[in-house]
Amino acid sequence: MKFKIYRYNPETDAAPYMQDYELQSEPAGKMLLDALMLLKEQDDSLGLRKSCREGVCGSDAMNINGRNGLACITPLAGLKEPVELRPLPGLPVMRDLIVDMTQFFNQYRSIKPYLINNDPPPETERLQSPAQRAHLNGLYECILCGCCSTACPSFWWNPDKFVGPAGLLQAYRFLADSRDQATAERLDDLEDPYRLFRCHTIMNCVDVCPKELNPTEAIGSIKDMMIKRMV
Amino acid sequence: MVNRVVVGAHYGLRDWLIQRVTAVVMAVYSAALAGWLLFQPYVGYDVWTGLFSSQWMRICTLLFLLGLFWHAWIGVRDVVMDYVKPAGVRLAIHVLVILALAFYSIWSVQILWGM
Repeated sequence: MKFKIYRYNPETDAAPYMQDYELQSEPAGKMLLDALMLLKEQDDSLGLRKSCREGVCGSDAMNINGRNGLACITPLAGLKEPVELRPLPGLPVMRDLIVDMTQFFNQYRSIKPYLINNDPPPETERLQSPAQRAHLNGLYECILCGCCSTACPSFWWNPDKFVGPAGLLQAYRFLADSRDQATAERLDDLEDPYRLFRCHTIMNCVDVCPKELNPTEAIGSIKDMMIKRMV
Repeated sequence: MVNRVVVGAHYGLRDWLIQRVTAVVMAVYSAALAGWLLFQPYVGYDVWTGLFSSQWMRICTLLFLLGLFWHAWIGVRDVVMDYVKPAGVRLAIHVLVILALAFYSIWSVQILWGM
């Protein structure tokens, strides 16, 4: 199989370049990450992140043939050759396929991704009914791999001001939580032409999410809550 | 002045909602006008002037045009927010766009009631 991989080492290279690789291996039954590990045996200077190798940690997110995804759950057999691999678009490259996720996590941190509840903590736990718990389905599964936010043109243009689909999905995860008491503050924080309303429903986020989540729907739900509050 | 990222201008929801509402106004007007035209066997100068001599048609058309200008203002501002970064230049463009749209609004009234 033929590969074309983005290479860049800011310490030694003047500019990024694409390097060709070839692998003598049957693609059937293998994932892209398996191929990358074999390529790393050929050339150990190739930089990439990986950890759980089963789509749970979200560290091997990259741009695969022009589309963001996780290398560990992308079957090798379905990929068009040469397989073009690039780092996630829009974020500063640290080396090869490794990007600096600081901006992404700053936005995540800005939505206060934790339960805010001023009642004294109960002895055991804060209870939810099965129906209240069901509201969190499709929200809590996010692994923060960054595929969606780095596929979003609004995030490319304003990564410092627009929260991005991943952060907004998590913002709604806490707005939808029956145990959270900071609804008004959370809505105030997002009621801004940049933080929430830079979303123009392009829906690249829904298209690329490796966990098949729907940030656009969550953003719509936040808007619904704001309208309900206003009228 | 410190160079901080400043957000929190609380007009996001209002403008987003206005853009949706004006879109509905324009869609209803356009569909109604297109439907009316479809059922006219002949459309000439006299039919057009006849249609626009009605006070209701003038009011609805003005509503459509004002909706269009308001919709356009939010759209243009969104584009400028993405591509023009210096605040001074951005403000100047905003003022020019508002002045142009205000001028178009007055002109629309003059056209509709001057016929």
